[in-house]
Amino acid sequence: MNWTWFHRLASPPHVYALAGRLTPWFAWPAALLIVGGLWGGLVLAPPDYQQGDGFRIIYVHAPSAWMSLMVYMTMAVAAAIGLIWRMKVAHAVAASCAPIGASFTVAALVTGSLWGRPMWGTYWEWDPRLTSELILLFLYLGYMGLRSGLEDTQRADRASAVLAVVGVVNVPIIHYSVTWWNSLHQAPSVMRFDRPAMPAAMLVPLLMMLLGFTLLFVALLLTRLRGEVLTRERAASWIREALSP
Amino acid sequence: MSNQPLRVENLHLWRGERHVLRGLTFSLGRGTCLQVKGPNGSGKTSLLRTLCGLIYPEEGRVLWDGEDVRRDLRAFHARLAYLGHEPPLKGDLTAGENLRFWVGVRRRLSLADLDAALARAGAGGCSARLVRTLSAGQRRRVALAGLALLAVPLWLLDEPTTNLDADGQELVGQLIAEQLARGATVIAAVHHDLPRAVPAIEQLELAA
Amino acid sequence: MSAPGVALAPERAAALAVSGAGAAWLALLRDLTLAFRRRGQLVQPLAFFAIVTLLFPLAVSPELTRLREMAPGVLWTAALLASLLALEFLFRDDAYDGTLEQYALSGQSLTALMFAKSAAHWLLTGLPLALMAPLAALSLGAPAAAVAGIVASVAVGSVALSLIGSIGAALTLGMKRSGALLSLLTLPLSLPVLIFGARATQLAIAGEAYLAPLELLGALAVLGVTLAPLAAAAAVRISLE
Repeated sequence: MNWTWFHRLASPPHVYALAGRLTPWFAWPAALLIVGGLWGGLVLAPPDYQQGDGFRIIYVHAPSAWMSLMVYMTMAVAAAIGLIWRMKVAHAVAASCAPIGASFTVAALVTGSLWGRPMWGTYWEWDPRLTSELILLFLYLGYMGLRSGLEDTQRADRASAVLAVVGVVNVPIIHYSVTWWNSLHQAPSVMRFDRPAMPAAMLVPLLMMLLGFTLLFVALLLTRLRGEVLTRERAASWIREALSP
Repeated sequence: MSNQPLRVENLHLWRGERHVLRGLTFSLGRGTCLQVKGPNGSGKTSLLRTLCGLIYPEEGRVLWDGEDVRRDLRAFHARLAYLGHEPPLKGDLTAGENLRFWVGVRRRLSLADLDAALARAGAGGCSARLVRTLSAGQRRRVALAGLALLAVPLWLLDEPTTNLDADGQELVGQLIAEQLARGATVIAAVHHDLPRAVPAIEQLELAA
Repeated sequence: MSAPGVALAPERAAALAVSGAGAAWLALLRDLTLAFRRRGQLVQPLAFFAIVTLLFPLAVSPELTRLREMAPGVLWTAALLASLLALEFLFRDDAYDGTLEQYALSGQSLTALMFAKSAAHWLLTGLPLALMAPLAALSLGAPAAAVAGIVASVAVGSVALSLIGSIGAALTLGMKRSGALLSLLTLPLSLPVLIFGARATQLAIAGEAYLAPLELLGALAVLGVTLAPLAAAAAVRISLE
């Protein structure tokens, strides 16, 4: 099998240029979808029959929570690819994912606790979703801590990749154990998205936000990836050509 | 089995931002010793660690008996012995225990073998002493005894004569010479020249 | 002397070969021998466990009814931290003196050798903690009938802790101040062990059937045995690059 296209695709100058070209194709649709979704969710959608306007935070909370997991998966897959095929660009992708994922996780935690205020009367409830989200934040922090603790980039890449893969094996176990723990102590969570009766006026903006956040992640990832490639290749000659006006 | 068991092809290695090995190619025959020289930081240790498969080179490959060592790294490791800067000994174990564990993980050995190897390395009286109480030179002798006990056809030695007196250096030369006489291959990274006892030396000079 | 021949005759080489299990057994014996030469370090995690459990009655209240309610959480938090405390030393000396390098180049399965190291860590910390836990539990007001359940849950759970910990310890090899980072890496991964372990202990203290959480702990331990040495071996190789 001919692998030259694969290596060309993975060569730093090519990745740098490609990421730059692709970014607007994700950034603009992301902006449109998020603006549209927010308009639909905050203005057009009817208030919830139980929670009134309080439910509207779902339009930020749910996509953030979804992204926090999805970014972790992306990071682990990229890390595994880097580990198995010794692809440096894959490691750069994984390294770029972590701060984005951690930001989405923080957003999910903050919006979740703001939502908890009207619903539970407290800012923090040991709800299994929020607890899992908090543990996920620690997984991200551990990943970033390990990366910054190791000075050699190559070693940081490979060691953090092992951690990401170990983490992704553990995420379902952690989630299961937390749900199990919670079920012993209180009734199932009130925060449910699978209610059958979500009307289209509520659902469509939510789906728009989900898609918008996903595209936003890709755009952010591409931008970070360019920075990461520049830092790693700072000694290479192609950079001077790429950056010269 | 060819007469040139070890072959290195077009080895490129980067350490951080330094291009340490640039297309290194050589073959080494049975019964020959390669002396790797070069100033500090020229990549002598990196070369040895790349050869034994600890470091993954950016490009190129290492062949043993015509086969890429990456295809079965464990089988290759079973044929080589690597001795780094520090002798891999525990201060809280006696010299004998150290060898029983270190060498014993790789091959069965009898007490008689062990005592004979220690005596040969000039550390006969050290067997029952804690390594922590030995001098740096004695430790190195214990490590050399372990090396001889491993009985493998490829030695990779990083500065094997450090901390040794004139007798000790001579001993390293003799051990290498014996090893070569059995048809083994030895690669030694050294600052100074290897002791004269070593026949069939080839040179490899690494630039800074 | 009989100079050890290089070109070992095939039948002799086969007679001298050491199996993976044999190598792992030697590695285990080695770690145990070393630990018993330094008995002082051996006692430290246990003393730490004892003093942490002592903190709670002093910080909360000496009422046994209240303490009994807290006992599972106290025991497991203390056990988790004590196990973590001993982890920092799991690979440190071996990395420093080149033992890990020799393991990686031994031609034996590094995974098996890593398993041996985790097994040694468990025998030296997990098992003693399991034997000490009932004493701590009794002092926190647990009934004598709960002893069997507490020993079983701590013994099984600490197997998983030793294995998970070995990954973190291998990843942070070579860092100067790795203690805090090691906790940050290891604790989130250890939470399921804490949850199931504390539940089993809680049920044992309440005199109820604790088999279900104990089985879940067992499942975690089995999963750890199969996967953790693999990850630790990969991490050790990376640290040697």
